[in-house]
Amino acid sequence: MRFLNRSVGRLSRHRRRPLAGAVVLLLALLVTGGLYAVLSPASSAEDKADQADQVAKGRELFLVSCSTCHGQNGEGLVTQKGKLLGPSLVGVGAAAVDFQVGTGRMPMAQPGAQVETKRPTFDQDDINALAAYVGSLAPGPAIPDKNQYDPSTYSSDKEKEQAVTLGGQIFLTNCTACHNFTGAGGAMPRGGHAPRLLDTDPKYIYEAMLTGPQSMDNFSDGNISPEEKKAVIAYIENMREQPGYGGFSLGGLGPVSEGLFAWVAGIGVLIGFAVWIAAHTTRTNKKKGTAQ
Amino acid sequence: MSSDLTSPEAAHDGHELNAHTDALLPNPGLEEHHWRPTDVDPKAEKRAERQVATFFALSAICTVLFVLSYILVKGGPDGPVWLGWGASNLALGVTLGGALLFIGIGVIQWARKLMTDVELVEVRHPAASSESDRAATVAALKSALEESGIGRRPLLRNSLIGSIALLGVPAIVVLKDLGPTNHDVEQTQPYAGAGLEHTVWSRGMRVVRDVVGTPIRPSDLEIGDLVNAEPELIFGKRDGEEVDEDELLEGAPLQVAKSKAATVLLRMDPDDIVSDVTRNWSVEGIVAYSKICTHVGCPISLNERTTHHLLCPCHQSTFDLADAGKVIFGPAGRHLPQLPLGVDEDGFLVALSDYPEPVGPSYWERNTYSVEDVFKGWAKSNAQAAEEYGYKEGGQ
Repeated sequence: MRFLNRSVGRLSRHRRRPLAGAVVLLLALLVTGGLYAVLSPASSAEDKADQADQVAKGRELFLVSCSTCHGQNGEGLVTQKGKLLGPSLVGVGAAAVDFQVGTGRMPMAQPGAQVETKRPTFDQDDINALAAYVGSLAPGPAIPDKNQYDPSTYSSDKEKEQAVTLGGQIFLTNCTACHNFTGAGGAMPRGGHAPRLLDTDPKYIYEAMLTGPQSMDNFSDGNISPEEKKAVIAYIENMREQPGYGGFSLGGLGPVSEGLFAWVAGIGVLIGFAVWIAAHTTRTNKKKGTAQ
Repeated sequence: MSSDLTSPEAAHDGHELNAHTDALLPNPGLEEHHWRPTDVDPKAEKRAERQVATFFALSAICTVLFVLSYILVKGGPDGPVWLGWGASNLALGVTLGGALLFIGIGVIQWARKLMTDVELVEVRHPAASSESDRAATVAALKSALEESGIGRRPLLRNSLIGSIALLGVPAIVVLKDLGPTNHDVEQTQPYAGAGLEHTVWSRGMRVVRDVVGTPIRPSDLEIGDLVNAEPELIFGKRDGEEVDEDELLEGAPLQVAKSKAATVLLRMDPDDIVSDVTRNWSVEGIVAYSKICTHVGCPISLNERTTHHLLCPCHQSTFDLADAGKVIFGPAGRHLPQLPLGVDEDGFLVALSDYPEPVGPSYWERNTYSVEDVFKGWAKSNAQAAEEYGYKEGGQ
């Protein structure tokens, strides 16, 4: 005990030295760091608790806004006549929810040939909660990272150029049948349409490829790899930035809009000229030689 | 109304008619002519002259600007951009268009304001020639027939008709030069899958992704996945190894082989498959069909996942991929050929044979068989050999 007292006393003699404050601060930092390292499993448990909270919040939102058609547990509902009211959401993954709700397609305003985009009903926090709930039903594609889909994350211009070249080939092979060579979209059977891609957020393009919304095929990671998906998005962004070398693109929809323009504007102007050529010129009541 | 007015003789004679109507209602003659301001006012005339000359001058300015912009404004992807359009095209188009348009406007303005202003009356005549002209023509024809003796000499007449008719034959015979026959192509072209009847697909050829050329495992694909695929040989490989030079496809044969062998791969729920033939040729719900429409050969990959309907964007022919590619809408006359699929020892998807029937649009020598007959024919010569790649009835 004496020894302890003496050593404390010896230590205490140093307490007013110039470096004492710094030493104490260093010790305090070490203790805090050590404590954090020891207790960090507890904080990951906290994360889990957060996730559980998010899933619980998502479930509440789901029960209110989605369960009418998709069932109380996302199992999907069928009408008495056997018509599909809402498909099962088991295994569609968080990415599908983020796409459908984030673009405003869900909750659906009315049934029809095509579920249209509209202003999103939920903010991103609510969407994340819904996605967490649906993602918890069964394994499915998760919401992608910015690194996965955003072409501005390429490290160099050269890398981006190579991606645009590869993405162009993949786009022309896999996407143009429905979405048009210019990404302007196109008509589909029975009143549906493939949407225009040029104004779509890269995240939603990525999620659409991953999950195949509505009539669209899946382009899962085993089909088109994540790098190739990002390259396709780089190509679409590149198309968006292209100036119109051919003048007015008229929506890039081909013969429909071009034909309409030729018939209405082109022939209209020609008729205007014909009317002008054949119209009466101004006449006067004055006789020749009388005007001065 | 008197009878002579309606009689044909009277109607033919315009003058008599005019005389008659003039008696009923006297011809008031031409209205008094009102002159244009430019005809009566020399100042207005000068003004109009200057106006027209201005249009011609504007045209000349546009032409000069066209030449200048051709020299000065750089075209192509590196050129400047104005208002979101390529500057070179915009400048050339606007200036040349203006040059032509201003000449047109000037000429019309000239005609309207300055050229002679007279009103003309043109009397309408009957459309038919006069009786005497018609009689003279018929007489001339008759005398020509008479003098040539074509009516009296049937030998000459018939041999002439025969020789003229025979002149049609050269026009048909030279059609042969439109291209080699299908048979010729198959006999003379040294590469695999030449001609209309076959493609480069063969037993054990791996199915790879188009563009990147990587082989596919069934587990890579989820239900609803659609892959645009090609045979591995298109990428110069066989079982992952580079092929020998004599087998390597290059240049035009490569392009032809690639376009004919194009394939769409679709994974669907195995329970959705309707046709037994389709099930026999599928692997775990993965089916492969030719990507070439049987109507006029457009590439089709416009698939609706929810219905398994593959739609051709050219003429809306629609094929049911769950039911052996049956045509359910549109002008296509035949079902879409299906590629029998199997799995090789490395676990990659392979073809069990070439397409069992020719792909693409119809041609003369082509027969049409039902899906069941096509399958029977295929099974007779291929089923046993295909077992090496896991083939069994009811799907692999």
